[in-house]
Amino acid sequence: MRARAAFLLACAAVLAATAAHAQGWPIARYSVEGRNSGYFYLGQQTRLLQDDDFQNPGMFAVDAGAAAWRRVDGTQGRSCASCHQNAAETMKGVATRYPAYDAKSGGILNLELVINRERVEKMGAAPLVYESPELLAMTSYISHQSRGLPKAVDITGPAAPFFEQGKDFWSTRRGQIDISCAMCHDDRPGMLLRGDTISQGQTNGHPMYRLIWHTISSTHRMFEWCNTSMRAEPYPLGSPVYLALELYVAWRGRGLPVETPSVRK
Amino acid sequence: MRFSFVSLVVLLAAGAAWAQAVAPAAPPVPERTPLQAHLTGPIPPLVKVEIVGNTIPQPLTQQPGDPARGRRVIADASNSTCLICHEVPALAELPDQGKIAPPLEGLGSRYTAAELRLRLVNAKLITPDTMMPAYYRTEGLTRVQPQFAGRTIYSAQDIEDAIAFLLTIK
Ligand code: HEC
Ligand code: HEC
Ligand code: HEC
Repeated sequence: MRARAAFLLACAAVLAATAAHAQGWPIARYSVEGRNSGYFYLGQQTRLLQDDDFQNPGMFAVDAGAAAWRRVDGTQGRSCASCHQNAAETMKGVATRYPAYDAKSGGILNLELVINRERVEKMGAAPLVYESPELLAMTSYISHQSRGLPKAVDITGPAAPFFEQGKDFWSTRRGQIDISCAMCHDDRPGMLLRGDTISQGQTNGHPMYRLIWHTISSTHRMFEWCNTSMRAEPYPLGSPVYLALELYVAWRGRGLPVETPSVRK
Repeated sequence: MRFSFVSLVVLLAAGAAWAQAVAPAAPPVPERTPLQAHLTGPIPPLVKVEIVGNTIPQPLTQQPGDPARGRRVIADASNSTCLICHEVPALAELPDQGKIAPPLEGLGSRYTAAELRLRLVNAKLITPDTMMPAYYRTEGLTRVQPQFAGRTIYSAQDIEDAIAFLLTIK
């Protein structure tokens, strides 16, 4: 009897909590077969901030991307919209497939590099600097068109060796502190590292608004941060090593919904 | 390593203009506290240690460990503090203590200085797959940031002072 009452009470509490952030999805959506989005490990305040598009500070980047989408640039007199028209239709689901193998360059491309390829090759415009507000805005805008759709990158065929390279990177100890990504994000999610709850290190919400940085931030910037926190020399943002790592990490989070723009601590 | 270098060369050789927009990341400049003198300037010589079973019986320095300084060394938030992973009830005044390793309690009653010395110098010699950093080791590491290359996390004196403090935790 008592157990049952406690169970009902717990259900009521869960329902009340869900209703409190009606803009978000039920928490169960952030978890797929034991793979948990970073959202899963956030405090209630940060979750609410992400859930409400009017308060989510990452939405500024999405809006800036929407404006840039229609802005003519380069020698060809074109904008992204000239060819791709309505991003809500043409870019829907695109972010779920990146990073991906690109036959022309023979390497892995993520959305940032695809955007720059498009600017240079299709518009005759200058490439955007990695981690510049402009590139983050366009990446956020395109990713946002896939919000709610499951990540599903292709790691087969020519992508396989890059996947393996990323997987090796993930489990290799590095730096003066001599620890691997896996030691925190595979072995200890949910535990407290100083004041931070360790998540699984998923990227389905990226680009993310990181509160301690006060800015929208890319996956590679996060890699750089985690690398230097082990006192390991980071790789350049956009480098092939980080692209391979990004492919592996995206696969680790397969099935998780795209959340862009997510809010993280 | 080699593989990634090759792909980088391919990318550059392909002359893809968009690849050149990739700006090299500026590594954050770490702030060094006065306790971290061994992490700047000339690299201090490495003291040789002799391991006997699960211990290092000989202190790394002539000067005996100072528990008061050891307390400050261990609490130093910007030098791989034990508090990242351990709760240290003896330092209860410090916020945000980690909980991914056992709390550091009763060490003075459970360990000798010689045992703690090996644990701090290189915990991997006790538990090979441990996450705990080796505080006095420079070899066998991968891609250490240049400013830390050849340097140990703690100086030899830090190790002795830290041990002196840890032994006061009964
Ligand atoms: C001249 C027309 C044209 C312009 C301008 C253009 N694109 Fe494209 N884009 C294409 C075509 C065609 C493809 C299909 C792939 C290919 O053949 O290059 C494509 C592919 C893409 C893809 C990959 C889609 C997928 O499913 O993998 C993305 C993302 C993209 N474009 C974004 C942009 C962005 C962002 C801009 C503006 C900065 C832009 N494009 C400008 C024609 C264009
Ligand atoms: C000492 C523990 C630790 C190690 C080792 C570590 N990280 Fe992290 N990582 C964190 C913390 C703390 C955060 C911020 C809070 C969170 O999301 O876990 C984080 C966040 C991340 C995120 C963003 C997660 C999100 O939801 O947006 C990614 C991606 C990530 N790490 C990747 C890596 C990679 C790649 C490595 C290896 C190079 C690595 N981490 C190594 C502790 C660690
Ligand atoms: C990155 C995480 C991490 C840091 C930082 C760390 N440790 Fe540990 N420590 C561990 C883990 C995990 C264990 C559990 C046993 C093992 O894996 O070796 C441990 C075990 C220990 C033990 C044995 C535990 C017991 O109760 O018998 C002692 C003593 C210890 N650590 C002392 C320290 C001291 C002192 C520092 C700081 C100078 C420190 N550790 C820093 C992760 C860490």
